Amino acid sequence: MRSWLRHHRKALRAALGKLATQKAGGMVSALVIGVALSLPAGGYALLEGLTSLTAGVALDPQMSVYLKPGSSKAEAEKLGARLKADSRVGQVRFVSREEALSELKGEEGLSDVVAALDHNPLPDAFVVRTRGASPQAQTALAEELRHVPSVSHVQADALWAQRLASLTRLGRLAVLLLAALLAFGLVAVTFNTIRLQILTQRDEIEVSKLIGATDAFIRRPFLYLGLVQGLAGGALALGIVWAGLALLNSEVRPLAQTYGSSFGFGFLSPGDALAVVLFAGALGWLGASLSVSRYLREIQPK
Amino acid sequence: MISFSAVFKRYPGGQDVLKGVSLTVEAGALVFITGQSGAGKSTLLKLIPGIERPSAGSIIVNGQNVSALKPAAIPFLRRNLGLVFQDQKLLYDRSVYENLMLPLSFSGLAPKEAARRARAALDKVGLLGREKANPIQLSGGEQQRLAIARAVVNRPAVLIADEPTANLDAEAAQRVLEIFLAFNQVGVTVLVATHDMALVKRYGQRVLRLAAGHVEEDAAA
Repeated sequence: MRSWLRHHRKALRAALGKLATQKAGGMVSALVIGVALSLPAGGYALLEGLTSLTAGVALDPQMSVYLKPGSSKAEAEKLGARLKADSRVGQVRFVSREEALSELKGEEGLSDVVAALDHNPLPDAFVVRTRGASPQAQTALAEELRHVPSVSHVQADALWAQRLASLTRLGRLAVLLLAALLAFGLVAVTFNTIRLQILTQRDEIEVSKLIGATDAFIRRPFLYLGLVQGLAGGALALGIVWAGLALLNSEVRPLAQTYGSSFGFGFLSPGDALAVVLFAGALGWLGASLSVSRYLREIQPK
Repeated sequence: MISFSAVFKRYPGGQDVLKGVSLTVEAGALVFITGQSGAGKSTLLKLIPGIERPSAGSIIVNGQNVSALKPAAIPFLRRNLGLVFQDQKLLYDRSVYENLMLPLSFSGLAPKEAARRARAALDKVGLLGREKANPIQLSGGEQQRLAIARAVVNRPAVLIADEPTANLDAEAAQRVLEIFLAFNQVGVTVLVATHDMALVKRYGQRVLRLAAGHVEEDAAA
């Protein structure tokens, strides 16, 4: 048991030492792994950000009902009464065209535009808050209101949130595919770098085998090298994603603020970040294992 | 104890190198295996640690049938055999001491005990004090003695050397052979292949002469 632990400790130390000394080989492949993994990991972080954004909107059970321009006060009142009577409607707020115009005047940068108008182009509108939050219920209500003759347009935010959600589902699938493809690539990269490393230690492996080293003993340092390379690549991927998101947020945050939102892309959750690093480590281990097994098969006397 | 019975060896696409070799080496014996190059000396020695596999026949080493051993069991067979290779197979990217530590690194010894054994092995072959040198800095005789030290550092019961005196001058060759005699005197079974008949005759030990894949002559001590 003690000697077994000693073997593992030695193999790990050797792997770290190798990664540190041959800066060119090991570090470059860790970099390749890092850059490649940062693509799906970054894509995932972006999608998570968008999902959190749409989740907020989808839960906001609000829609705007615009009346046809030139609708009479009576028509507006009739619609208002109908809305209040509807059991699915929780709250109704009437926004008259005058109110809407003065609200618009208050917006910075728009007051000049408003002043230049010779008449009020805005319609009367109701802001309706539904009771249920389900997008289906909202869609049904919006569809009904659209058929009311005095209504020109119903804008339900949940609808585009739904569309965005299905788009993000598509994006998630794309990220998954990308991750799967790159996983193959990373196994191949590790396979190759470990093979080069094996070839530089060909003599040592040959002699070790001849004088009684087991295959497990020969395999061990290379497995650790693959693992360490993968873990370093995974950590590097996190760094790239973090830096990329920080850069993106420096642009996104001011933009979101103009919409009155504090939205910014969040970094991967600790669990997700750990998963990325461990996944990379596992790929490195796998690539190394395939590589060294293949080499040991090659040198096996027939 | 090592015993061959009706051992044949044919390399892929070649002709038979060994054609029905039978022999027995008792524990604690010293045997010289001679013959011209191509007689099958190297092949015979490689069959013992399972570096080559026989085409037919059986080889028993310390009660184990080597030809029937699973590949996973071969390393443990080899740890009980000290092997000195024809081309020595020293590692020139590390020191004398690190060359000796290689077989100790996978035998699972505590570091202190391993270091003690390494020094003991160096002492036996007269290389104490050269630990830090690179094998390339050693003379031919010293390199051969380092190869012997590496073979015996795990204290095997059997020592097998393939042409250990080739390329050495008479004095260095004699020194190497005397090391083998010394190990034999403390109970190690020793098999040495050499084509140098003159050298062998001086020691009055058992000589096995191979010719064209047969045991041509088995002259007891």
